[in-house]
Amino acid sequence: MSFALTVIALVVGLALCWRFLGAYLVAVYEGRVRFLRFLERPIYRLLGTNPDAEQSWQRYALSAVMFSGVTVAVTYIFLVTQGHLPFNPQHLGNVTPALAFNTAVSFLTNTNWQNYGGETTMSYFSQMMGLEFHQFLSAAVGLGVAVAVIRGFANRGKPTIGNFWVDTVRGTIYVLLPLSFVLGIIFVAQGAVDTLGGPVTIHNSLTGVTQVIALGPVAFMEAIKQLGTNGGGFFNANSAHPFENPTGLTNFLSMLSLLSIPVALTYVFGRMVGKMREGVAVLLAMTILFGAWVGLASYAEHQTNPAVAHAGVTYAGVGNTEGKETRFGDTSSALFGVSSTMTSTGSADSAYDSYTPMGGFALISGMMLGEVSPGGVGSGMYTILLFAIIAVFIGGLMIGRTPEYLGKKIQAREVKLAGIGVLVMPLAVLILTGLAVSLHAGTVGPLNGGPHGFTEILYAFTSQANNNGSAFGGLTGNTPFYNVTGAIAMLIGRFGVLIPALALAGSLAAKPVVPAGLGTFRTDNTMFVGLLLGVIVIVGGLTFFPALALGPLVEQLSHGRFW
Amino acid sequence: MRTAIYRSFVLTAIMLVIVGAAYPLAGWAFAQATFTHQADGSLGSNGSSLIGQPWNSGTSINPQWFNGRPDADNPLSVNGVAGESSAANLGPRSAVLVTSVRALIKEWRAVGVSPTPDLVTTSGSGIDPDISPLDARVQVPMVSKARHIPAARLYQLIAQQTRGPQWGFLGSSYVNVLSLNEALSTLRP
Repeated sequence: MSFALTVIALVVGLALCWRFLGAYLVAVYEGRVRFLRFLERPIYRLLGTNPDAEQSWQRYALSAVMFSGVTVAVTYIFLVTQGHLPFNPQHLGNVTPALAFNTAVSFLTNTNWQNYGGETTMSYFSQMMGLEFHQFLSAAVGLGVAVAVIRGFANRGKPTIGNFWVDTVRGTIYVLLPLSFVLGIIFVAQGAVDTLGGPVTIHNSLTGVTQVIALGPVAFMEAIKQLGTNGGGFFNANSAHPFENPTGLTNFLSMLSLLSIPVALTYVFGRMVGKMREGVAVLLAMTILFGAWVGLASYAEHQTNPAVAHAGVTYAGVGNTEGKETRFGDTSSALFGVSSTMTSTGSADSAYDSYTPMGGFALISGMMLGEVSPGGVGSGMYTILLFAIIAVFIGGLMIGRTPEYLGKKIQAREVKLAGIGVLVMPLAVLILTGLAVSLHAGTVGPLNGGPHGFTEILYAFTSQANNNGSAFGGLTGNTPFYNVTGAIAMLIGRFGVLIPALALAGSLAAKPVVPAGLGTFRTDNTMFVGLLLGVIVIVGGLTFFPALALGPLVEQLSHGRFW
Repeated sequence: MRTAIYRSFVLTAIMLVIVGAAYPLAGWAFAQATFTHQADGSLGSNGSSLIGQPWNSGTSINPQWFNGRPDADNPLSVNGVAGESSAANLGPRSAVLVTSVRALIKEWRAVGVSPTPDLVTTSGSGIDPDISPLDARVQVPMVSKARHIPAARLYQLIAQQTRGPQWGFLGSSYVNVLSLNEALSTLRP
């Protein structure tokens, strides 16, 4: 009952975000929001950019890549020298080069894959200046690119797609900063910690046990971690840690905030292309996928854990408790898990490695669909638009005429670019997983044996190539092999999609609009929603079914055996 | 190309100041000014933290108290240095999990308790400070016998200590083990 109410509250909250946050985003990127112009104007002056001057897609992409290169280098330097930097009350040493490389790439690409335990590896300086910095900017860049791609679809009569510097600054100061600050206040009021003092000793006066617990500047980092679909926690236990996610309310707000911007972007799409029905069609496709996966995961997690049942403990109405926090419960944890894996967030309020086989299947397959339901901040929107191009292409083949999307002719170049953007992720996942299971350096990683160990490896590359960042936590990832291959997967997953999407936007922006005729394939009705869903599920399904069959599916089917 | 590199450095510097330093420090200052207690870990006057303190820390079951969920084999602190919070990460068909659950069942049966799944499984953080009301109720005969307190009074105590779901629907019902035991320590047979 309370689960049903949680879902209803989430739907209502997201509907409000869709309408109002969506309208706000449109205003921000059209330059109509100006309450921080005393901050914004000097930034443009220092950058030497005219906020009204737009860039071609090549310049936009070059700016994004250059900016990414500089920020990732700065973060790498911070991490490998943190032992000499301030705000380090625990006197933690420098991060090793391989781990620093993996971590810097991970936060740059909005992945937030963590091959380390936060409270025992990263100084407060690294957490704030190194990681939180990227949590804002990777989200702002993703958001800006999504808007730039939408500009390509919108009929604006010019071949440019916006100004990278302006989009990034606006997204940061008008969207992410204020929202995070408000969210951070709620988190700290609920009991998330936020201090610059070091660990404290806590004393249990009843049993006489004394323990030392790590603290840190957590609450406000937590806010941007969720809002920017980042997911990299301050503590190793991520959102399961009571100091990061103390109550049912913070758990709910985490889900709401990580879904809010990706959902609102469909409103932005509808408004900017001038046909709200087009945005609603995309939102509907996202919602159907998301709903189906929530149903599967929460049902699966409400079942008894097979190992625990085999050992001899079952209780009617008590689901899979291994790896779950009592204050959240099984179904809410599953809802969180699906929200986090299907938005490329990757935060976790429970141990995904200990989900039932079908629960784990829901999490990994949610990522395999390409992170489009609703996907990460910005990246979900531009990736689903690539799928939409493929869908109209297939629709065009069926009716035998050149396809159009929003009045723009979809020709060989656009289909090729969309094809690259859609296929680069599965290629990276499958090749790197194949490499890991054939090399000793890869097969020593998993904690669990048998198919579950295979799933740990497959999950790691799926998560990193989709810029998700959640993990089947048993995998030991802090080795040179996993640090380097993981970083490659994350870079491919970010820029292998982002650059084709921008190229597509540039190519579409230059095209004239063809008025819709009788033979035009409509993209704002249920037929198109069905076709889009079909493309997403068939691409993901056909590509990954063999791998899934070796992992979660065989695990589910082999009842009565344990490894 | 050169303008792009120049602007990248400038924007990096600006944003390091705004989102890398000013945002977290402003948040920290705000938190310390308005919610000092929570921001510092909700520490009580007796040095305990109801939010972040697990009841169990590698110790075996004590029938004098209500016991929490098992430790995820990852000590919270080693030699006075804060350790890493972590789940056990064992898979749903793990033989290791079966063995560890069986060992815990044996421990619980030895003190006359038929354990619930929570009491034999580790949590997501490994330091879950809470148990469900059901987990507390199954321990009542054990505590009642050890302390000579009538079971009815313990059930009543559990009911008083039960919290959540927050706002009636967010999350699950739970009992904070430390808070429950602090209340228990004031009861006399």
